[in-house]
Order: sequence, then C-alpha cells, then structure tokens
Amino acid sequence: MLNNLIIFVLSAFVGTEILTKVPQTLHTPLMSGANAISGITIVGALVATGMTVDPWSQWIGFLALVVATINVVGGFLVTDRMLEMFGEDNAENEAPADADAPQRTNGAPA
Amino acid sequence: MKTAIIDLTYLLSAVLFIFGLKRTQSPKTARTGNVLASLGMLVAVVATLFLKSILSWPMIIAGVVIGGGIGVMLARTVEMTAMPELVAVFNGFGGLASALVSGTELSQHIAGTATSTFGLITSVTIALSILIGTVTFSGSIVANGKLSGWITGNPISFPGLRVLTVALLVTAAGAIGVMISVSGTFPTLSATMIQAASVLGGTALLLGILLVLPIGGADMPVVVSLLNSYSGLAAATTGFVISNTALIVSGTLVGAAGMILTVIMCDAMNRSLANVMLGGFGGGGDDGPSADLDIPEGKTVNETSPDDTAILSSYADKVIIVPGYGLAVAQAQHEVREMADQLEAQGVEVKYAIHPVAGRMPGHMNVLLAEANVSYEKLYELEDINSEFKTADLAIVIGANDVVNPSAREDEGSPIYGMPILNVDEAESVVVIKRSLSPGYSGVPNNLFYGDNTKMLFSDAKEAVASITESIKKMVEA
Repeated sequence: MLNNLIIFVLSAFVGTEILTKVPQTLHTPLMSGANAISGITIVGALVATGMTVDPWSQWIGFLALVVATINVVGGFLVTDRMLEMFGEDNAENEAPADADAPQRTNGAPA
Repeated sequence: MKTAIIDLTYLLSAVLFIFGLKRTQSPKTARTGNVLASLGMLVAVVATLFLKSILSWPMIIAGVVIGGGIGVMLARTVEMTAMPELVAVFNGFGGLASALVSGTELSQHIAGTATSTFGLITSVTIALSILIGTVTFSGSIVANGKLSGWITGNPISFPGLRVLTVALLVTAAGAIGVMISVSGTFPTLSATMIQAASVLGGTALLLGILLVLPIGGADMPVVVSLLNSYSGLAAATTGFVISNTALIVSGTLVGAAGMILTVIMCDAMNRSLANVMLGGFGGGGDDGPSADLDIPEGKTVNETSPDDTAILSSYADKVIIVPGYGLAVAQAQHEVREMADQLEAQGVEVKYAIHPVAGRMPGHMNVLLAEANVSYEKLYELEDINSEFKTADLAIVIGANDVVNPSAREDEGSPIYGMPILNVDEAESVVVIKRSLSPGYSGVPNNLFYGDNTKMLFSDAKEAVASITESIKKMVEA
C-alpha cells in the first residue's frame, strides 16, 4: 500500500512536469490520447474476465473489457487521426503558395 | 518469477506512456508519441494475456472484438467538430470500466474465488473506485448530451437541486462507511456489503448527472477536462484495488493531464473551478437567430458588407483572424481557410489568434483549423499574438464575443473583469461577423461592437466568410 502511494505521488509530479509544457494547439489530442491511456484499466478487465471462475465476476469483467477496449482502441485511433492533420507534410503542402506572388487566378479565366 | 516479469513489463509500458506523452510537447513529434503510447498499451495487454493463467479465452476474444469494433467505428466516423462529444463518451467508458473492475474484485471475494486477502484498505479503495468511476460515467454521458444537443445546453436547475446533491453525497459517504465497517468480518456479511456497494453505485450514478446538469454548455470545456481527470483517477484507484503499478502510474498521469487542462480553462475565463461547478452561469446570451439588434442609447454601430470587408482586407498588409465558438458551431473553418488563401495570394499576411476557450474543448479550434489544412505555424496563442494587434491593419472576429470584450480589461465592475482577452480593439480596424449585438455567454454587453474602428457584419459566419471570399476573387479577376 505504501509503495503504491509513493508511485502515485511521484507519477503525479512526472505528469505535471511533462504536461504543462504541451502547447495549446495539441490540447485536444493530448486529452484524447491521455484518455486512451486511462483505458489501461483494460488490464484489470482482462484479468477479471479471464481468470475468474464465478459467473458474476466474469460477466461484470466482460462488460468492463468491452468498454475499456472501446476506450483504448477508439482513443488511440482518433488521436492519430487528429495528429495526422498536424503532421509536418501537411505544414509543407500548406506553406502559403508563395506569399509574394501578386496574383493567383483561381480556376477558369474570367 | 512470472510475477516479476509481469511487473517489469508493466514498468516498460508505463515508461512508454511517459515518453509518448512527452512527445506531445511538439506537433512534429506528437504522432509518433501516440504510437509509442499505444505500443505501451499493447505490451501491457499482451503481457497480461500470456503471463497470467487465462481460463476463458472465448470471452476475452469476444470482448476485445466487440469493443475494438465499436472503437474503430467511432474513431473513424467522428466529425472533427464532434470531437468533444466523443472524448466525453470515451472518458465515461474509461470511468465505467474502472468501476466495473473494482466491482469484479468485490464479487470475487463474495464468491470466495479471490486470491488476495480482504482488508480495510481493499474496502476503501474499492469504494472510491466505484464512486469516481461511476460519477465519471454518468457525468460524461450528460456532458455528451449537452455537447451534442440531446440535452439543452442551458444550465438546468430545479428547486432543491443543491439539497438533493448534498443528500446524495451524504448517502454515498454513508455507504462507504458501511463498506468499511463490514470489511473486517467480510465475506461473512457479504449481503450488507453488496447492498452498500449497490447503494454507492446508484448514488454515484445520480451524482454524476446532477453535477453536470446545472452547468452551461459553454462551460463544457472545463467539465470535459475535469471528467478526463476523473477517468484517470478512477483508473489509479482501481490500480490500488488490484495492486497494479501500470494502472496507478498511467491513471495518475491522465489525472494530472486533465487537471492541468481544467486549470488552464478556468484561468482563461478568470473563474474558479468552484464557480464553474456550481453552475447556473450563462445560457442567456447565446447568439441565436432571434437576434436583438437594439442599439443602446448614445452608441452607434457601423455596419459593413461582405464586399466592403473584401476591399478592406485585400488592401491590408496584415490581417489577424480571431475565430471563436460561433465558428466551431457554424463549422465555417473551411470557408475561413479559403478566405485566408485568397488574401495570402494577394500578399496579405494572415495570422490566427486562438483564445484558450475558443472552441468547444481545450485546443478544439486548433484541431478544426488543422482539419481545414491551416498550418499550425499560423495559429498563435493569446500571449504570443496580443502585442501584434497594434501592428495589424485588420482584425476579423468570427463568432467570438466574450474573449474579445474590452470590458474584461477596462471595466473593473464587469463580471468578466480580469479575464484574459484578445486585444482586437487595438487593430486599426475590426470587422465583427456576428448575427446580432447580443451579449456573449457571460451575458455582458460588448462595447467592442460600438467602437469607432469596429464594423459589424451581421450574418451567419459561414455565409459571410464565403461571400467575402467570393468578392475578393471577383476583385482579383476584374
């Protein structure tokens, strides 16, 4: 118990230290990514579903497993989808089509 | 030996989580960071499956397939504008999973199949995990409802709400007390334990609902951040229950992340967390179509048109776009990007000023603009851009109100005094695209609208921006 408490306190410091430096631009992916990480409960759900013998525990564990998996799989995927949009390639393509070029006729001639 | 290997693997996945989160500090490394974190999760899952003696594989496979399928579907189909709703649901699922895992720990002890001994600490941690996990679950569902509109975004309150909330808190405390008191003789008094745990679960379910209902829709960024923090804490307390280091470390990291975002959001509104949570704030000033165009006495409004705005912006050297909540609601991010493209093609320098509470969740506006292919390098945070308004020829405010209200800076009597705002009024001219003169979420009238250098463009954000873009195109072609 004491060890667990020590781990808890130290993790809180590590988390605060790392995460205060995350820029505002990435706050949404940070939240969804962190959310996926909180799905680590899946480990407990796996043990509860897979190792128990009484049906009650097994079914509660099964439900926990389903929701935890949604959280983990969905969370990481959606974070990746967002971060893909922030990617470097994207930024390069996006480099304003030469800001000095005086004109860019869009589409068909007038 | 096996236990040692499992523990070391969990340590490895915790390290991967920390490295993954650390890489979120820059947009360049964030994506690989997310891959590292998911790798950490995979390591933890695989180690659990192969190193523990799993008995019922079919159930495990079924659970992972069902959950994974739903997760993939949700993640693939969600619109970027609906991200807050989805994150709220995921938070809720995380909380529910944690509460359920603690529930299985309890039911194993009741069935006599548990391997660990049951003591006072087990009782306390199980109770806390059920409480936090369930509150996270029901609170997140209500938050989802408010964000996606199946529950009204206005604060919901009824006589006795506070009393009921306090009564529920007392009941929850009582149930935890009972669970602690029977923990010594457990599992002999298992009926009492089951009853107390069920009462606690039910009470927590109601508490989560009542805690979020009175909070207004525009405060949901705070609520979602806070629930994110809770989902982490729920995982951490579950880690205490099953004595699992991986859960404690990762749960705590997530708890810290959510808490930091909560504080940032509250600071950006200059309100305390307690003030947000007590609810009842706002809801009156929603910029709906039932616009009020009454101009207060002694004030004048300069109205403008999309064509004039097009001329004004094309001849500017520097334009700062200030997108707000209204832009997110109108989903006008693609139109805004097109307008910016047109301006940049004319040699105009375009920057975006993003207030921390601009979107519907922390950083949401940045995601929406990234979706519309706006480079993150053009998105500026409040403290980085505020000095630049002085040198800007034009600031275009789209669907933002309170975050550009000069009263926050000047009027000490104002309810929003002290809130950090974007100083758009310092730009040479300001165009505000808005449907009416109605006050923002805070209900405080905005003097910016009556400023000498302000022009109002009364319109829907999406339509207005699209017509400005059209006008610029015509000017170029002419």
